[in-house]
Amino acid sequence: MKNKKNIFEKTVYSIFLILGLITIGCVLLITIYLVIAGIPAIREIGLFPFLFGKTWESTSENPSYGILPFILTSIYGTAGAILIGVPIGFFTAVYLAKIAKKRVKEVMQTAISLLAGIPSVVYGLVGMLVLVPSIRSIFHVPDGASLFAAMIVLAIMILPSIIKVSITALDAVPKEYEDASLALGATPIETYFRVSVLAARSGIATAIVLGIGRAIGEAMAVMMVSGNVANMPKLFESVRFLTTAVASEMSYSSGLQRQALFSIALVLFLFIMLMNATLNFFLKGKKERK
Amino acid sequence: MQNIMTEKITIEKTKSHKILKSRKIYSIVMYVLMGISVMLTCSFVIFIIAYVFIKGIPNISFELLTTKPSYLLEKIGILPDIFNTIYIVITTLFFALPLGVGAAIYLTEYAENKKLVAMIEYAAETLSGIPSIIYGLVGMLLFCQFFGMKTSLLAGSLTLVIMNLPTIMRTTQESLKTVPQSYREGAFGLGAGKWRVIRTVVLPGCVDGVITGCILSIGRILGESAALLFTAGFAHAFYGFTAMGIQKALSNSGSTLTVALYVYAKEQGEFEIAFAIAAILIILTLFINLLASLVEKYWGKRRSL
Repeated sequence: MKNKKNIFEKTVYSIFLILGLITIGCVLLITIYLVIAGIPAIREIGLFPFLFGKTWESTSENPSYGILPFILTSIYGTAGAILIGVPIGFFTAVYLAKIAKKRVKEVMQTAISLLAGIPSVVYGLVGMLVLVPSIRSIFHVPDGASLFAAMIVLAIMILPSIIKVSITALDAVPKEYEDASLALGATPIETYFRVSVLAARSGIATAIVLGIGRAIGEAMAVMMVSGNVANMPKLFESVRFLTTAVASEMSYSSGLQRQALFSIALVLFLFIMLMNATLNFFLKGKKERK
Repeated sequence: MQNIMTEKITIEKTKSHKILKSRKIYSIVMYVLMGISVMLTCSFVIFIIAYVFIKGIPNISFELLTTKPSYLLEKIGILPDIFNTIYIVITTLFFALPLGVGAAIYLTEYAENKKLVAMIEYAAETLSGIPSIIYGLVGMLLFCQFFGMKTSLLAGSLTLVIMNLPTIMRTTQESLKTVPQSYREGAFGLGAGKWRVIRTVVLPGCVDGVITGCILSIGRILGESAALLFTAGFAHAFYGFTAMGIQKALSNSGSTLTVALYVYAKEQGEFEIAFAIAAILIILTLFINLLASLVEKYWGKRRSL
């Protein structure tokens, strides 16, 4: 009887163990698949011409597969989104965490989670019909679908995660720090910006890294507003990101072109892994200090 | 003597006054910056929702919701897309729930090896950071080609299962942690085996986490497009409500509402339809957010009792 029970418990244990290991399996599966699919094209084209080639003409007679424009566009676009989005998100977070009344904070947090929940294609649609035409008429450029439009859309899309994570970090600052600063004669504003923000800096850094990760990986919204031409990045020109390069040609590609798309995905994946490692670094630092 | 003293005091006063001035300016600047930021954030939210509603709601009609698109009549209906979305949500949760909840149970109830726990948690974090376009690619390679499912709703759902696994795992894990240790000890003390304890004591205690995970996942599935574009495709066929019809729908290509929005807006230029779908999606998002906060409130109250 006891033996039977033991066997039963052991089976249950191993079932749960397998379920637990599935996440690791998925990560390994994705990594292995991307590496296997991405390596052949890089080998054929050559690592250097692939990463640093300036022209992408996958459908011409003499195709050239250089993805430097995509890499630079992704980096510039993300940097632009961070430059626009982080200050707005940061100041909003400080206001909501420290100054706003409870009621205001609740309403705003609901609004922000709504902003986070809106599908990316809706951002793309609104950007396509509002942002792109207004950029064209304000800056007098032939086409508003540009890197600049993508930056703004991305900035709005990363706002919710930046605000949410920053608020959590700012809320966790011990009240004693602020009380001490106030007692020493600092004004409330000085206290919030010079004490609370400093104490919450690792959380805010996490928020920024999270925002970078989201911005670099976004595909659909960017595809709808960035014009999607493989140019070297310029602020008011039609550009193509790493993500949109994969998405736009996948449906009709074949042969080396298709394999090159997998290689682009591999590069994108490496970027994201780098971001994850950075994120982990910040989170770890936080834990150790505690 | 006294004269000098008063002089000193006035000097100090003016000095401190000067410092105060620069500090005042600092405060005012910071206030203004915060005000601008909050206004911008608010106006983004209000503008997007208002714009989509104004443009979209007049285009939602009964006909749009209940017919399928027809080239002959030159009509567009989104009934197939609605059902595809429902099928994908149900299929994804059907697979993701047992996997996610099981993984969470392993992590909180069974795991003793700390390194393994850290590895699983790191893997989950990695999964939630991977952009959806990469899921789409891997899903296409793995499910559509390697397992021979072609572009089908089932392949799309399985891709989304991997994507939503971390969400369900995390929310379940968090609520498992709040089940008091004394409950488990009490059950063990009464002679129950580990599985019995989990089934009768631990699982009922984590219902709120599972429900929250489901709601979050549904929200994510509704908004997902890049991962589905190459795995589930963008057909608008509708096969009826019979068991055969549903089976056929799952094994064939079909677009969810989000993918349909993208196709109508970007490839076909049907902006009225796109806005109608966008309005529906925002209404659903509103509804899901409301549901999530209600669940949180309800279970939060019960917890504190």
